[in-house]
Amino acid sequence: MGDHHHGPAKGLSRWLYTTNHKDIGTMYLWFSFAMFLLGGAFAMVIRAELFQPGMQLVEPGFFNQMTTLHGLVMVFGAIMPSFVGLANWLIPMMIGAPDMALPRMNNWSFWILPPAFLMLASTLLMEGGAPAFGWTFYAPLSTTYAPPSVTFFIFAIHILGVSSIMGSINIIATVMNMRAPGMTYMKMPLFVWTWLITAFLLVAVMPVLAGAVTMMLMDIHFGTSFFSAAGGGDPVLFQHIFWFFGHPEVYIIILPAFGVISQIIPAFSRKPLFGYASMVYATAGIAILSFVVWAHHMYTVGMPVAGELFFMYATMLIAVPTGVKVFNWVTTMWRGAMTFETPMLFSIGFLVLFTIGGFTGLMLSIAPADFQYHDTYFVVAHFHYVMVAGAVFSMTAAIYFWLPKWTGRMYNETMGKVHFWVSFIGFNVTFFPQHFVGLAGMPRRIPDYALQFADFNMMSSIGAFIYGASQLLFLYNVIAAIVAGEKVSDEKVWDGAEGLEWTLPSPPPYHTFETPPKIEEQPAH
Amino acid sequence: MLNARALAATALLPLAANAQNQVNMSTGISEAGAVITDLGVEIYDLHMLIFWICVVIGVGVFGVMLYSIYAHRKSRGVEPSQFHEHTGVEIAWTVVPFFILIGMAVPATSTLLEVYDNDDAEMSILVTGYQWKWKYEYLDADGENVAFFSNLATSQEQIYNTDTKGENYLLEVDEPLVIPVDTKVRFLITANDVIHSWWVPEIAVKRDAIPGFINEAWSRVLAEGVYRGQCTELCGSYHGFMPVVVHVVSQGEFDDWMAAKKGSAAADAALAATELSVDELMVRGEDVYNASCLACHGANGEGGLGNAIAGSAIAMGGLDSHLNVVVNGVAGTAMQAFGAQLSDVDVAAVTTYQRNAFGNNTGDVVQASDVVSYKEG
Ligand code: HEM
Ligand SMILES: [Cu+2]
Repeated sequence: MGDHHHGPAKGLSRWLYTTNHKDIGTMYLWFSFAMFLLGGAFAMVIRAELFQPGMQLVEPGFFNQMTTLHGLVMVFGAIMPSFVGLANWLIPMMIGAPDMALPRMNNWSFWILPPAFLMLASTLLMEGGAPAFGWTFYAPLSTTYAPPSVTFFIFAIHILGVSSIMGSINIIATVMNMRAPGMTYMKMPLFVWTWLITAFLLVAVMPVLAGAVTMMLMDIHFGTSFFSAAGGGDPVLFQHIFWFFGHPEVYIIILPAFGVISQIIPAFSRKPLFGYASMVYATAGIAILSFVVWAHHMYTVGMPVAGELFFMYATMLIAVPTGVKVFNWVTTMWRGAMTFETPMLFSIGFLVLFTIGGFTGLMLSIAPADFQYHDTYFVVAHFHYVMVAGAVFSMTAAIYFWLPKWTGRMYNETMGKVHFWVSFIGFNVTFFPQHFVGLAGMPRRIPDYALQFADFNMMSSIGAFIYGASQLLFLYNVIAAIVAGEKVSDEKVWDGAEGLEWTLPSPPPYHTFETPPKIEEQPAH
Repeated sequence: MLNARALAATALLPLAANAQNQVNMSTGISEAGAVITDLGVEIYDLHMLIFWICVVIGVGVFGVMLYSIYAHRKSRGVEPSQFHEHTGVEIAWTVVPFFILIGMAVPATSTLLEVYDNDDAEMSILVTGYQWKWKYEYLDADGENVAFFSNLATSQEQIYNTDTKGENYLLEVDEPLVIPVDTKVRFLITANDVIHSWWVPEIAVKRDAIPGFINEAWSRVLAEGVYRGQCTELCGSYHGFMPVVVHVVSQGEFDDWMAAKKGSAAADAALAATELSVDELMVRGEDVYNASCLACHGANGEGGLGNAIAGSAIAMGGLDSHLNVVVNGVAGTAMQAFGAQLSDVDVAAVTTYQRNAFGNNTGDVVQASDVVSYKEG
């Protein structure tokens, strides 16, 4: 290494000024974990209030602020940034690049996030309270009838959007330009593929979200009537715009998770992924379809029947590529030689629970039945199966899988397994009964409920407290590993792991692949 | 935000006897075994069809996976096979699901077309969502519409755990919607402020109520009975507190009810022409207050989402500015224009009540005639 290859700067300035993909990845991951705990705290307030029928702890208005902030913080603060952090750490190491293509922008796209969330959280202290119109912020509840803090919410969404767009452009530029010689597209690890596709989705839909909140801003402050029928606008227009962003958004959340699982299952099955090419095509297929299904969130708004049919058929079709994914993972396990370390446990947990979420998704796609499901706890159960047991479980698996590589130290395996089982049980105790209460008629986003829903709600709350507490175990395990974990001696860490990142020392030096690695002839996946 | 008093009370009060835990969608069949609506039965069957298809696929996928987890473990000393890619298998698991989906789409389409068949309705009811109550207006051929509001009837004491919760906690209203049995009723659904959604699971109707637009839905209920539902679109603080109750009665009972309704509208009009005593106004005013004002202004006028009434400068100041707020509402806030929602007698009564309850003691009496002359300017 030459002279100019210095290590990190010392102290705070290292983190403020860093353009290093590993540092930025680390900051994204810690930030998202902090947001996960904050969003989780909001969820605990919700579940505590719903523990029993009757109003006990908070007022209905504050309850709505909690559901709103919980959703916003989890989606935009916890899940999305965590996968960007993972991308930062892994994409350069997986494609044999020295860093991200646009390192200064990388620094900026992280550092605008904390102020945005500080601003969002500060709305809790404002007069009129925080936004209370749900994470889907339907107009006119979010415009004419919104608390004054909505303007700060709009500004925060804009900043998050800018951050996501910058992050995505960076990923696209990196993957397209910085692959090591010989790393063709069809040799890229699936995690890189899924992120490449996700980045295109983000660039396509974040501006649409920005458009929606800008129109809200105009309606609130500048006398326009985009979303008000009284002035010639249409509140349903808001929903079309929101879900044109929102449905691809749910795939933005899950595609990188697919990528993670596609790395981990082969590693612990000691067997290559069954159908690499069909996984790539299925991912692309899902991404394309995700643009034409948005109105399945709006079956009850009174669309013409032709529209309902179109969106129903298109939504049902998504089950095909999703099925291809699931079948591929199971076939990868088939006749492998499996071991069940924590990352594998979380991946199998993902596989089972995500599939259940896919089934309920298929049920929800059936428009006439959705008239009964829509806006009930059945939908809440569905999307927590795909987002928590899907995205969050896969993220947890990823941390356990790559942490020894990043830090050179091993986490405590027993504690990891306990974390898995407590999470798995806690999760199901929380969300499985929500299918029942939803079908039985409990609407979502209500602070109090009829007596026949009491038992399952109490169960849900208990499960939520268990699931919540188990995350503290995770935090402890990660910190203990970083501080005092057993050193890993091997580059590979896991004997079945494949890919360029496992050819680097553990922990990898501050700068890696300054001379591109040689890609062997056999496929890298 | 903590409400320690209520918390303590909860611990002491046993819940009312719990109805059994329902785990599935309404079957569309009443407890007595009668079909409630054909459409409800059809939707339930469709739901169960898709459910069972998912179960079968799930058993297959999870079965293979579990077997693999059991048999293909390294600890059993197996050598990993290195097979991958098989065009035949991959085509099969793309094409077969596709055909299964077509099998689902066919019944789904026919049911959906039925949901959308709004033709040949025998009567029409305009349903309007308000924060946080429903208004029902029977659109009468001879122009004599009957209209009323339907408010949550559960007491604040039950909600705040100082009283035992009743059997229909949060699912009861002061005045239910009444419709005749075996009649195709068309619901025209809209809203006055934000988006609401009108849902009664057992009669299989859910449609969003959107301000400025009118949605259509229909139902032909075949079994008499009481059917309960709730608002299902987040509509602000008291979204959880605007239930829907539908009484389905025989045609004869319905006609009687309708006649009585029209009669009481006439009686109200007559009442508006007479002078009421302070006591009469106060009693009536308290009822109106509890139904329409309490949610925001508090049981003791202490305020909440809305301003306090107790000691309020408006409620104790000039009558015109008080009536202005009650009749016209306050634009841009949750305070609605009650002049359009309440009869003149009720406006008079509630205004009298607010001016004299909660220690306001102004001694003012407001009569319906005052409201009429205020409205006429
Ligand atoms: C087979 C795949 C899937 C299908 C067919 C599907 C279908 C649906 C449908 C029809 C709804 C609307 C239900 C309603 O509001 O009445 C819905 C809601 C939702 N889905 Fe999925 N889904 C699938 C997978 C996913 C995935 C992978 C995610 C995210 C990781 C996801 C996240 C959500 C969310 C967040 C909502 C609710 C949004 C809200 O109203 O707050 N879904 N899904
Ligand atoms: Cu969707």
